[in-house]
Amino acid sequence: MNLQEFLTIFISAVFIYNVILSRFLGLCSFIAISKETRPALAMSSAVMFVIVMSSAITWFVYRFLLIPFNLTYLRTISFILVIAAFVQFVEMVIRKVSPQLYRAFGIYLPLITVNCAVLGVAVLNIDMFFMNGKAVAGSFYYSVFQGVCVGLGYTLAMLLMSGIRERLELCNIPRSLKDFPLAFIIASILSLSFMGFSGFKF
Amino acid sequence: MKNFIKEFTKGIIRENPTFVLVLGLCPTLAVSVSVVNGIGMGIAATFVLLGSSLIVSLVRDFIPDKIRIPCYIVIIATFVTIAELCMKAYSPVLDRALGIYVPLIVVNCIVLGRAEAFACKNNFRSSFCDGLGMGVGFTLALILISAIREFLGSGRILGHTLIKGFEPVFVFGMPSGALLVIGLLLGFFNLLKNRKT
Repeated sequence: MNLQEFLTIFISAVFIYNVILSRFLGLCSFIAISKETRPALAMSSAVMFVIVMSSAITWFVYRFLLIPFNLTYLRTISFILVIAAFVQFVEMVIRKVSPQLYRAFGIYLPLITVNCAVLGVAVLNIDMFFMNGKAVAGSFYYSVFQGVCVGLGYTLAMLLMSGIRERLELCNIPRSLKDFPLAFIIASILSLSFMGFSGFKF
Repeated sequence: MKNFIKEFTKGIIRENPTFVLVLGLCPTLAVSVSVVNGIGMGIAATFVLLGSSLIVSLVRDFIPDKIRIPCYIVIIATFVTIAELCMKAYSPVLDRALGIYVPLIVVNCIVLGRAEAFACKNNFRSSFCDGLGMGVGFTLALILISAIREFLGSGRILGHTLIKGFEPVFVFGMPSGALLVIGLLLGFFNLLKNRKT
């Protein structure tokens, strides 16, 4: 466990393998909610919170339940259940504690259960930080840190996209390209620029 | 019988999950680097769709309304695990190529969408046809996208060179090429639809 490792995780999760623009996780929410900056920011903060918490919880589930009882093949089922239950729980807590916050990102929370970024990060953590059924030294910290970085990458892509799409509102674009097609073409150009981080050679 | 054929064919063109409903794009874009990967993903997703549609339509009367979504997710995750283990056992190469996108079929919006929109309201025969149609439509869309990307990105289709001396455009094998192809295809289908009306 050293600083260099954390730096590598940060650079690769935020820039090189950006969740949306290079791994295509959470693409549905990215296209649907990136029309304006404010909802985009609310959605990204909700996603980031859920990703960080769920990477911690799924690490515990995998390390202390699935490995000792030799049930690693139940990974997918147990993770998605834990994530769904966690999201439901957070929704209930927020509704009780802060109705204001609930209004701000309440409608996005249920959507996060089926956001592939959350389950994707959980599975990715297991693939990266467990070797031959054993946890790598410091793997818990790596997992949580990777969750934070993926959340940051999601926020970055979301902000870039919503900023561009807000300006496009006033432009005159062909009818067939409105909404989805244009959003994908913009995302493609964004992804092209992110490729610069990986030292891509033509 | 006619009804079943209608349920089957609607998923292929009129309500194609990828191009018309615009659902489940994450795996579509990620695995469409080559046609083989596209077909593998399509078959796995079709299997999960068929199984989950069938089971959901059979148990729909026993599931309380409030907790139906978690119940559907458990049913879907069971089939995904079956598909995952089968793929690991019989085709390890494909499993490595598809990577984390196989377990991610659980959160594919098409599967949950069909359970919620169709299978929980219809009997198991129509649900079976609906699931099969959606699966075939998804597979065909995957094949179309991956064929375009594989041809432009590497100059081959299914490993065969089509045009001699064709200079491949590597960008199409990269993530940004996938987004560009799907954007232009969606635009093209919109254009066709606008022409018709």
